[in-house]
Amino acid sequence: MLLIRCPYCQEERPELEFRHAGEAHVVRPHNIADISDEEFEAFFFHRANPKGITHERWRHVHGCGRFFNAVRDTVSDRFVTTYKAGEPKPALEEHKA
Amino acid sequence: MAEIATRMGPLDGRSLATNAVVIEAARPASRIALRAPSASLAALSLALGVDLPDRPKSAASRGTRHAFWLGPDEWLIIDEDRTDLNVACRGAEVLHSCVDVSHRNTAILVSGARVEDVLSAGCPQDLSLEAFPVGACSRTVLGKIEIVLYRTAEDDFRIEVWRSFSDYAFTLLTEAARDLSS
Ligand SMILES: [Zn+2]
Repeated sequence: MLLIRCPYCQEERPELEFRHAGEAHVVRPHNIADISDEEFEAFFFHRANPKGITHERWRHVHGCGRFFNAVRDTVSDRFVTTYKAGEPKPALEEHKA
Repeated sequence: MAEIATRMGPLDGRSLATNAVVIEAARPASRIALRAPSASLAALSLALGVDLPDRPKSAASRGTRHAFWLGPDEWLIIDEDRTDLNVACRGAEVLHSCVDVSHRNTAILVSGARVEDVLSAGCPQDLSLEAFPVGACSRTVLGKIEIVLYRTAEDDFRIEVWRSFSDYAFTLLTEAARDLSS
């Protein structure tokens, strides 16, 4: 089982308390009714799906209930770091092994 | 003769005592689900007579009343004397939301020398005294259900569980206890 650090509970907690919630930093357009079908498609369906470092939303659903963001490596399945919702993407240099 | 309705608890009459642990239903309590921003905490603490904890995984108690930190703006308040906690909150004229959940939850008390082992049959958290000290409290999971776990003493826990899940929780714990004692 993975241990995931919740930035609100400030400790590592078992994976079973968490739920994955898709890619992070996907910004919903403010003018959603005005954008083209292609622009909506890009916002709604297209995801980066990289091999390597990715940014994800997670929710500590059976803990504090908060949504937060995580930097995760899709190759090693490792959590690089986690940070509170609303915070910018952390600089990655310091986390590279 | 007047007919009198008797309220039945979901776990009434159930208990198990082995050489490892004692598992029993807690007596009825009143409860509220409380949501509030940090600016409201002082007034709510005053109205409830217990200092609402603002540290993760912590609880505060005064007498029969306990306040459990569940999230950054969320608490579960219980009173084992069944005082109306919504009425108590009315004394705080600050932004907050309190919902009476007295009968949504019931509680199970688990105690004894092997209490950590019995709980670990269903709870994935580290329940050692270093990681989960006396007075610690956390929403977490037990098998397939969500619970609120509160350590009242070194070998004594209170499990707050949704009423309709309480049979599952009680059965899981008693099965674990029987496994340990056989
Ligand atoms: Zn958390």
